[in-house]
Amino acid sequence: MSINATLLIQIIAFVLLIWFVNKVLWGPLSKLMEERQKKIADGLSAAEKGKHELELAEQKAKEVLKDAKAQAQNVLSQAEKRGSEIVEDAKVKATEEADRIKASAQAEIEQEVSRAREQLRKEVATIAVSGAEKILTKEVNAAAHSDMLDALVKQI
Amino acid sequence: MGTVEYIQHHLTNNTIGEGFWTFNMDTIIVSFLLGALIVFVAARLGKQLETGTPGGFQNFVESILDFVATNVRDAFPGHNPLIAPLALTIFIWVWLMNFMDLIPVDLLPWLFQLITGDSHAYLKVVPTTDLNTTLAMAFTVFALILYYNIKIKGVWGFTKVFLFHPFGKFFVPFNIVMTLIEEVSKPLSLALRLFGNMFAGELVFLLIALIGGTLAVGAAALFWAPLQVLLDLGWLIFHLLVITLQAFIFMVLTIVYLGMAHDEGH
Repeated sequence: MSINATLLIQIIAFVLLIWFVNKVLWGPLSKLMEERQKKIADGLSAAEKGKHELELAEQKAKEVLKDAKAQAQNVLSQAEKRGSEIVEDAKVKATEEADRIKASAQAEIEQEVSRAREQLRKEVATIAVSGAEKILTKEVNAAAHSDMLDALVKQI
Repeated sequence: MGTVEYIQHHLTNNTIGEGFWTFNMDTIIVSFLLGALIVFVAARLGKQLETGTPGGFQNFVESILDFVATNVRDAFPGHNPLIAPLALTIFIWVWLMNFMDLIPVDLLPWLFQLITGDSHAYLKVVPTTDLNTTLAMAFTVFALILYYNIKIKGVWGFTKVFLFHPFGKFFVPFNIVMTLIEEVSKPLSLALRLFGNMFAGELVFLLIALIGGTLAVGAAALFWAPLQVLLDLGWLIFHLLVITLQAFIFMVLTIVYLGMAHDEGH
């Protein structure tokens, strides 16, 4: 139990052991743990950043959607306007066309009527002449009474 | 063999040499083997370190490292890369040497005597029950305390601590005595505390072992042998706490003393 040279040996052993522990245990393991700590911290901050970016993107998406909706609304109302314009236009054109057709038909009818009237007049004159001939027989000369007959035709 | 001889036999080192140049071979070999065990296990662990998902043993070692690092951070101001490995070495080595106390007191000596064929061969298994071991560590720590005191404060600064501390400039001789006692008591208290606790623990184990050895004769064994087992178990569980606590105290005090050595404010 007395103090002896063992003390010196134990001091050397202790110092050597400190050196070894630092070399093979503390050094590598604490370095590794530090690296892991840093990695975890980095990961957490990256996640935080990602979250923030996601928020921004969501906001942006919302804005884009809103824009698109407004634009669609715009297009829709424009199309409606344009459609009603086209319909209005078509209506106007159709009315014009109808008027035109009606007018030309009217004109044709009038023409036809006047032509028929002309023909009828002529025929009546002829019939009248022939009738008068029959009534007067020889006394009425077509040539001699043509003035009268013409006046008669005009009256009809 | 009488009880006194039994105890004395257990507390005598296996030595080589004479006088001061005596080597306590059991102390030296056991502490060397435990140190080698630390290095061997650490080196094996070092080859399969994993950053991402450490396995069971690495987790265990990492938690010890974390524990030591936390203590260093709490008790040591400033930064010195030597302190943490030093504290870790003390904690593990002292704990392992103390742990030899928990091996049944007669097992290793009996095996040793069986191997050597000498039924009177001495073997004192626990290195920390040898004052040489605890003093060796305490002196090493003390050398570091002196080194850092002088390195940080300078020779004059360190001398001033002796001259003007704790009672100012009018009590210089008294101050020198006080500070000297304070400084010398650091390594001595470190060494003697650990030694005393381990020695006493070993002694209690020996006394408990004596119950079975001396009293359990014939029919009385039916009573004394279970009692010995019970007492042994109780003391073992308590002592497990003691060896951990002593290793922890040695480590923390080393950190604190070195922290004081780094303190420039004195």
